[in-house]
Amino acid sequence: MQPTQSQNMKNSAKGTWITAGLLVLILLIGLPLGHHYGWITNYSLNLFSKYLALAILALGMDLIWGYTGILSLGQAIFFGLGAYVMGMNLMLESSGQGVYGEAIPDFMVWNRLTELPLYWLPFKSFPIAVIGSIAVPALAAAAIGFLTFRRRVGGTYFAILTQAIAFATWLMFNRNEMNLGGTNGLTDFKLILGYALSEPNTQWALYMLTAFLLIACYVGCRWLTGSKIGLIMTAIRDQEPRLRFLGYPIAQYKIFIFSVAGALSGLAGALYVTQVGIITPSQIGVLPSLEIVVWVAFGGRNSLIGAMIGAVGINAARSVLTAQFPEWWPIILGGLFVIVVLLLPNGIVGLPRQLWHGLRHLRGRSSAGRQPGPQARQRPVERPSVNPSTR
Amino acid sequence: MSESGSIIYLDGVTVSFDGFKALQEVDFYVDHGELRALIGPNGAGKTTLLDAICGKVKPDHGRVVFGQATELHKLEEHEITMMGIGRKFQTPSVFQNMTLFDNLTLATRHERGVFANLFHTLNRAQRDHIMSTLQTLGLEDKAHQQAGILSHGQIQWLEIGMVLVQDPTLFLLDEPVAGMTREEREKTSELLQWLAKDHAVLVVEHDMEFVRQTADRVTVLHEGQVLCEGSVEHVKSDPRVVEVYLGRG
Repeated sequence: MQPTQSQNMKNSAKGTWITAGLLVLILLIGLPLGHHYGWITNYSLNLFSKYLALAILALGMDLIWGYTGILSLGQAIFFGLGAYVMGMNLMLESSGQGVYGEAIPDFMVWNRLTELPLYWLPFKSFPIAVIGSIAVPALAAAAIGFLTFRRRVGGTYFAILTQAIAFATWLMFNRNEMNLGGTNGLTDFKLILGYALSEPNTQWALYMLTAFLLIACYVGCRWLTGSKIGLIMTAIRDQEPRLRFLGYPIAQYKIFIFSVAGALSGLAGALYVTQVGIITPSQIGVLPSLEIVVWVAFGGRNSLIGAMIGAVGINAARSVLTAQFPEWWPIILGGLFVIVVLLLPNGIVGLPRQLWHGLRHLRGRSSAGRQPGPQARQRPVERPSVNPSTR
Repeated sequence: MSESGSIIYLDGVTVSFDGFKALQEVDFYVDHGELRALIGPNGAGKTTLLDAICGKVKPDHGRVVFGQATELHKLEEHEITMMGIGRKFQTPSVFQNMTLFDNLTLATRHERGVFANLFHTLNRAQRDHIMSTLQTLGLEDKAHQQAGILSHGQIQWLEIGMVLVQDPTLFLLDEPVAGMTREEREKTSELLQWLAKDHAVLVVEHDMEFVRQTADRVTVLHEGQVLCEGSVEHVKSDPRVVEVYLGRG
């Protein structure tokens, strides 16, 4: 008896809760215990927390690329916007404790400002900064999406466009006139909500918050991709024209999912900047955006878990390898990407299934007269053309 | 203004691609309750005519009028679809990585906006409707398997099913029986005739036997113009048609 649709959804929901439970076990119970007993140092926990923040960023990327087929080479823009918004708040919290002892940040004193620029003012408030670090990137994403998706800009052109915007954003944030710290960015944070950022207890609390938010975002993304919207996302990826002629306003959906990814990226940025202590334009532009793609491709873009594993795995590898072989890291990263493109289309997470199919294929070839599987139904017109008409 | 009773009316529609006139001043209409076949040699403009109706191409001149007075050429594709026009494409385009059930879930008549679908789950009536449509198509045993495993004829049917559950007023079917066996063709012919009773069905086909079996009226297109129109017998015996479009089927 074939399962009904609600049965499939129940199984999928069960899977979500099991994975979420595992994550809770490892991240919210296991690691803190390890830390409590001294097996994991403060430094390691803080470092791992940074990876978890980047995993949230990877979730956003996976939603738009893995599930909807929108390749954005500029997600670091939204990450940066979230980080800068939070960074502004953290800088203002430490006001009066800078080198100059002024109420405004040091770099503004260098720039001969006497008072805070207007757009910094709202972020003096912590709640506004938190909401802003999610809302500002989401709105920016919605704006970009509105200007592009409604004009049917997609595929390669959209990718190039996002890369150009990332580059332009990097140029903008580098300028001192922006009053966002120029090349040096925002740094030297001391307090958050009155607690010292350097205190291990604060860092532990931030780790727990990051881990909790990651799990919450994972559950949210699982729900989204398992819902009707998830079906629509997959349909957009696989056969956009067919979906259009089923009556769906494609641009609306793309704008929506792009904004969700923007929000997730902003959240990641806010968590990241709080724990790393600095945000600079170098984390906004073209190269960081490309790295995000590599993480998701490597981990497995058809799977949310894959995206998280890719983010944590590659960043952990980077920490270890750049300590030992700093010059080799770009080559290793590039090499990983080439390996994924050539050998691992479904990433690390897809590797077991790939090996399984490979083994079955080998066994199938060796025994003669075996019943051909669905793959045998390869007809000349097997893949329906992306363009439904003859032209 | 549209002819009284007609569901779709093309008024002097011209479509050209880089100077090549795919449709030239075409006047064409289909009535409610009619099953019309659109035939003609390759390159005659049949698919372009369907494209002009559903918004895939915009006419250079002329109007496309739906129902009383809705001018389709001013609307976007998804808006046209939601007005009640369902299209089945020449190369079968279903969602191969999804189950048959999910394919039909997407096609089911329901609001299409983001927020309407954010928390949407199918109610019992919609689920039953999908399963009964699959039964009509003889595909209910594969309901929860991926569409990619279907045979060519079955994919055609799935796509027809997807148009069915949209519950449109006008069906645009581009070569619905291409690649089907004889029994499948007969089944499809029955299905379309049953559909035409309460809707309008416009079928582009090359299979003359199928057209003879199924259609009420036939329109022959040639080089972007309507050559001849009438019953199957009338069209078959027209010397111009015989000259231009010889011996098919």
